[in-house]
Amino acid sequence: MTLNDFQYSNIIHRCFRCGYCKFPVDWTDVNNCPPYARFRMESYSCGGRLWLTRAWLNEQINWSEYLAEILYSCTTCKNCEIKCPLRFNVDIVNMVVSARAEMVEAGKVPKAVKDFLQNIELYGNPYGASRTNRIAWTKGIEIDRYNGHEYLLYIGCAGSYDIRAQKSSKALAQILLKAGVSFGVLGDEETCDGNETHNLGEKGLFELLANKNIKTFNKMGVSKIITLSPHAFNAFKNYYPSYGGNFNVFHYTHILNSLLKTGRIKFSDSFHKKTVFHDPYFLGRWNGEYETPREILRVIPDIELMEMEKNRSGALCCGGGSGNFQMDLLGGSESSPARRRIREAYEMGAQIIAVSCPKCLIMLEDAIKAEGMDDKLSVMDISEIVAKACNI
Amino acid sequence: MDSIYNALCDIVGKEYCSNLPEEIYIYSYDLGTAEPKKPDYVVSPRTVEEIQKIVLLARDKNIPLVPLGGGLSLAGLAIPQKGGIVIDLKRMDSIIEVNERARYAVIECGVSQGQLISYLKKHHPNLTHSEPGAPPAATVAGNIIIHGQGDLAHPYGFSSDMVLGLEVVLPSGDIIRIGSCALGSGWFTIHPLPDIGLFLGWCRTTGIITKLSIKLFPAKKIRGTGTFVVEDEELIPEIIYKITHTQIPEDIIVYSRAIPPFAKGLHHITVNLAADSEKELEFKQELIWDDTLGEYIKNDLGGYLGFTKELERPQISKTSDYKKGGGFEYVGGIMPIDTYPQCYIRGREISEKHDIPYTVTARIIGLAHSMMFAWTYAFNRADEETIKKAREALYETDELVIELGGVIWKPGIYGQRLVMDRLHPGTKNLMKKIKTIIDPLGIMNPGNWELL
Repeated sequence: MTLNDFQYSNIIHRCFRCGYCKFPVDWTDVNNCPPYARFRMESYSCGGRLWLTRAWLNEQINWSEYLAEILYSCTTCKNCEIKCPLRFNVDIVNMVVSARAEMVEAGKVPKAVKDFLQNIELYGNPYGASRTNRIAWTKGIEIDRYNGHEYLLYIGCAGSYDIRAQKSSKALAQILLKAGVSFGVLGDEETCDGNETHNLGEKGLFELLANKNIKTFNKMGVSKIITLSPHAFNAFKNYYPSYGGNFNVFHYTHILNSLLKTGRIKFSDSFHKKTVFHDPYFLGRWNGEYETPREILRVIPDIELMEMEKNRSGALCCGGGSGNFQMDLLGGSESSPARRRIREAYEMGAQIIAVSCPKCLIMLEDAIKAEGMDDKLSVMDISEIVAKACNI
Repeated sequence: MDSIYNALCDIVGKEYCSNLPEEIYIYSYDLGTAEPKKPDYVVSPRTVEEIQKIVLLARDKNIPLVPLGGGLSLAGLAIPQKGGIVIDLKRMDSIIEVNERARYAVIECGVSQGQLISYLKKHHPNLTHSEPGAPPAATVAGNIIIHGQGDLAHPYGFSSDMVLGLEVVLPSGDIIRIGSCALGSGWFTIHPLPDIGLFLGWCRTTGIITKLSIKLFPAKKIRGTGTFVVEDEELIPEIIYKITHTQIPEDIIVYSRAIPPFAKGLHHITVNLAADSEKELEFKQELIWDDTLGEYIKNDLGGYLGFTKELERPQISKTSDYKKGGGFEYVGGIMPIDTYPQCYIRGREISEKHDIPYTVTARIIGLAHSMMFAWTYAFNRADEETIKKAREALYETDELVIELGGVIWKPGIYGQRLVMDRLHPGTKNLMKKIKTIIDPLGIMNPGNWELL
């Protein structure tokens, strides 16, 4: 592989490294690029990544495990694309993903990435957990296997296996049951959506996953899908159509908002908490959806909803994207994006950080523990807040 | 094992110290045309005490030190010409104090322009600082150290004229303070103690500024830009003289560019006005556009292109993408206003000779006491030939600045040599003595302003 063979060889040199990409929308600080916030070395900035990629493809520097970690520490949150004033900005993340694909092709990825991908190939999830345990989150509730229901509820890996995220999966299913929504799940037939696999540059494995899921969905007659995770929402909505998978895809907040507006779910309890909403970038910057989660939160009885300084397209990513909710290349420091985010919420007096993504839920929950703020601040998925306010 | 590396890790922590090829590569480059030079180590300290320990280590081991702010001078001023330790100062990013009534801010050296703008807007909306056109990642300290200019340069001068106090780590490891802060008082004035002008304009060859106090100014409720255009470059000095006589604008910039083609050869004068009410704004607009420039419109010598409220941040980085090439560099000359026509004509000739679309910009400093005239040359980072052409154009422009009686602003190594060759012998001798006393080992950013 040489620079000339690189898909973006005609634009990668156009990054000036001016540093706009480090900032949030309102210029508060230079910490809105998660890896740069974590490591604060130019090599970890968006511009640093692009310059290093070019240097590697140009054979000015050699591949190293460390170089790969720099590339894989990017969460693909697209803060850079929002802030970069240059015309090639729409391809910044594509360039990172393509560079990763070159590393995958050459068999040169960090061990954490290799393990992540290998687990998905072997077990259909990045945790290396048994496929039969995928349904563990449904324990205690009766949920149909999908069989011609109006909706397929696709929970995804984090919501199926992670103990904390399982609670949000359960809360969502219980709300849907109470509202009388016709839905079913795939149970142990569900497999990874492949969104992270795609962005880690493993296009071959992603194709396998996409084709397998599309075949399963089509065989079962699925036409409408509700996803717990914005990551799965992104994969089904934006990646699967290229492989012939055309479904009506909804993030669960779309459905909950609709159920609230039509009166199919009603609140019975108060939720008197100072609450902020943390935007997940696969809903926000990737898919332009900022308002639906807020519309739900605004009508929760007695909630005191506040906006974080960095919100909507200026939100700081939790650091869990591109598999980092499991690989954790950005963890282990008070500078980790999730811990920064927790402190931002705490400093403005929040009691609850509301999320709409199981990866954010996991990352921020861990960050609260690391910050020793368990008694001061909690993170809750919107599904959990709605379930609580509905006394479910 | 590398004992220097280990010692640096002990000071700043392993995560903020590197001698790996990836960091060495990134920190060897400037964004302009300067040739890269590799550092041996990169560190990113968080406190003045850490900086002090790094300096003491470098002094004891005789290792070059290269402090780096935003790295956006484009003149290669933080390229480690002789290797050594690059000190990335951007983690020193606390805004320590803003005194609303005395209108000053005390900040650490890594605070970015964007960070200060945002902080003032949120917490002190009545205050602003003189913001340069550099990308927001440029540091406030970096702009001041190189005698930069911002969008209040017309009324208040160079950014370095707005310094009210400094904290500096000397090459000896000593920490000093300059101004009222040296008495343990507030950071509100740099006068009337004996002048110690040793750290501004020296390109970090005399010490590392770690904290500074800068003047803030009233932020009016309405700010906007009006544009006036003329074809005859000979009119510019006269027009600037008349506009500055009003003492009304916050900022005055003149620019001319080859792109877009319809504007080639035209000279756009942008005038920033600020007001607290529509009435005040109307008065100021009338004074500038009607009373001062009306005669040029009547005589068909110029045109008024309108006024836009809300100042947009200049996006100078876009210049790098003129040729879809990712690079540009400019020579800034501090010039007498009367030289505008020659600066424009000769600069355009240099651009055309090197097949680069011309871009020239002049920012007025003080009441037309001088202007910073910038000749910008875009290049394609993927095409060595265009880099070479841009570099040649920059060298020729450095020489042009001297020829036209100007002073090169933040000169790179080539420009520094031109200046030193012409420097008054007495001045040069004093600078040599100062440098010998303050940095006898020559560890501070060596290769820059080398007089010995």
